[in-house]
Amino acid sequence: MLSSQKRIKTHYSSLKVFSLISVIISLIALVGIIAFVIINGINNVTYDFLFGKYDNTPSIYPALIGTLNLILISLVVAAPIGIFSAVFLTEYTNLNSIFMKIIRVSIETLAGIPSIVYGLFGYLIFVVSFNWGYSLLGGGLTLAIMILPVIVRSTEESLLSVPNELREGSYALGASKVRTIFKVVIPCASSGIITSLILAIGRVLSESAVLILTIGMVVNKVPETFLSAGTSLALDIYYFGSYGYPNEAAATAFVLLILVLLINLLAYAVGKFLKKGGNYSENNY
Amino acid sequence: MLSFYKFIAIREKIMKATFFMCAFFSLFSLLLIMLYLFMNGIPFISKIGFSNFVFGTLWAPLSDVASYGIFNMIIATLYVTALSTLFGGTLGVFTAIALYKFIPKKFVRIISQLINLLAGIPSVIYGLFGMRFVVPFVRDYISNNGVGYGIFSTSLVLGIMILPTIVSISLDSLNSVSSKFYEGALALGATKEIAVFKIMVPAAKSGIFASIILGTGRALGETMAVIMIIGGSPQFPSSIFESVRTLTSNIAMGANELSGDALSALIASGVILFAFSLMLNISFSLIESKKKEN
Repeated sequence: MLSSQKRIKTHYSSLKVFSLISVIISLIALVGIIAFVIINGINNVTYDFLFGKYDNTPSIYPALIGTLNLILISLVVAAPIGIFSAVFLTEYTNLNSIFMKIIRVSIETLAGIPSIVYGLFGYLIFVVSFNWGYSLLGGGLTLAIMILPVIVRSTEESLLSVPNELREGSYALGASKVRTIFKVVIPCASSGIITSLILAIGRVLSESAVLILTIGMVVNKVPETFLSAGTSLALDIYYFGSYGYPNEAAATAFVLLILVLLINLLAYAVGKFLKKGGNYSENNY
Repeated sequence: MLSFYKFIAIREKIMKATFFMCAFFSLFSLLLIMLYLFMNGIPFISKIGFSNFVFGTLWAPLSDVASYGIFNMIIATLYVTALSTLFGGTLGVFTAIALYKFIPKKFVRIISQLINLLAGIPSVIYGLFGMRFVVPFVRDYISNNGVGYGIFSTSLVLGIMILPTIVSISLDSLNSVSSKFYEGALALGATKEIAVFKIMVPAAKSGIFASIILGTGRALGETMAVIMIIGGSPQFPSSIFESVRTLTSNIAMGANELSGDALSALIASGVILFAFSLMLNISFSLIESKKKEN
């Protein structure tokens, strides 16, 4: 009896040891990736590499411009649509209406579609059907659909966290529904909404599978208009990595990693700062 | 005065319509995506026959007698997805368990923040890491045929990539189990380990399962990291150290270069991929809704 108890105890203790080992392996793997990028990349980042012309030596300046364009296009399209649909879902429908359920299912489905399928779609519609060829606009619009679920879901959450008393107070003062939404509800949820937009930017920064089929991976030319073909930082990493520029790939990865970390920090800071000094904090209730 | 109220009423109506249109946009985009995929993919599948397409083993879109079998790539996709879920799932769930009870609280905060940060690293950086570090390592020390590119390296890298998702969702679901269960188990004389593994983990199993499904979905749909490590020959995966091609990497490699029937074949494989990920999504939402009922 005693020995079987002991056996059970050692069995579970060994599971515990295994879980501690798992933590160590996970940390080594994850820290290893960051260390790999930093060690290989940091020495290859030069001013010419960042902002120089892509003549004889590779530069990521076209990719920086391309990435900025993509962020701009996708946010200009997805931010208003995403925020407004979250407003409709929280303020105008109740949780159990059929319309709400259909929209919710389609948002979940959009969020789960593999990015290469988005890429294929973007290729078929913008490159082939619209006959734009490879263009930043096509890539940006495809990305806009892709980041829509991110924006809708987290905006919705922050709208739902605005207490009903505020809405009722606004109605009691004679404000209409639309006025209440724009003057009370959205300002109160602003920190959550801004965080969701920043996270969406992070998504655009990291995406590459969509872009490889839609913007053309032209690494050596600064795009002139929205309709030019171009490249992005993530795509440059793939290009440099696959076509024999390992140092440049690592340097680009370093730059992208820094940008992603900054974006994450920014999201964190916005969440914290606006909650503290913002118009509404839970402590007031 | 009356016209002012009328103005307000009209403004309300217009804005409501705007909000509605925006909400409708996601449904519209989804339908558009499905329309484009199915319109181009389904006719192709019915033209060459479903079984020739899905169970055909020869992918040769450019040869004289073109052949569009994607069976090898489906098997490779399943291999990679299963193996990376095995790596990432095992490591992730046990990491979450350790973070839950076996590691001092002050480290837990740092570690879980670090892990959250890693969820945001672009997949192409994982791909680069795999290409420059994991592939040579596997080639020199692990592989039995001297090839580093292939299923094993890809699964290792994807396993690491899906780790943050699995850890953070599993940890959330462990944390949401009432601590009364834990205390009750301790009061009945269980050791800390037994209480965790026998009471808390089973209580959180639906959330843990959901995290694994989500990770599986990410591994299934991943493209860029995969093309950089998988090698790319469209052959049957007879060993996990062999260079193969998955559905996603096949689409990414070919879509820019192929046209006509070959492009339709890629779109049709996009349809198959879409169906796979839809199944995973549906099972994820089923688990989530069941969790809510409880």
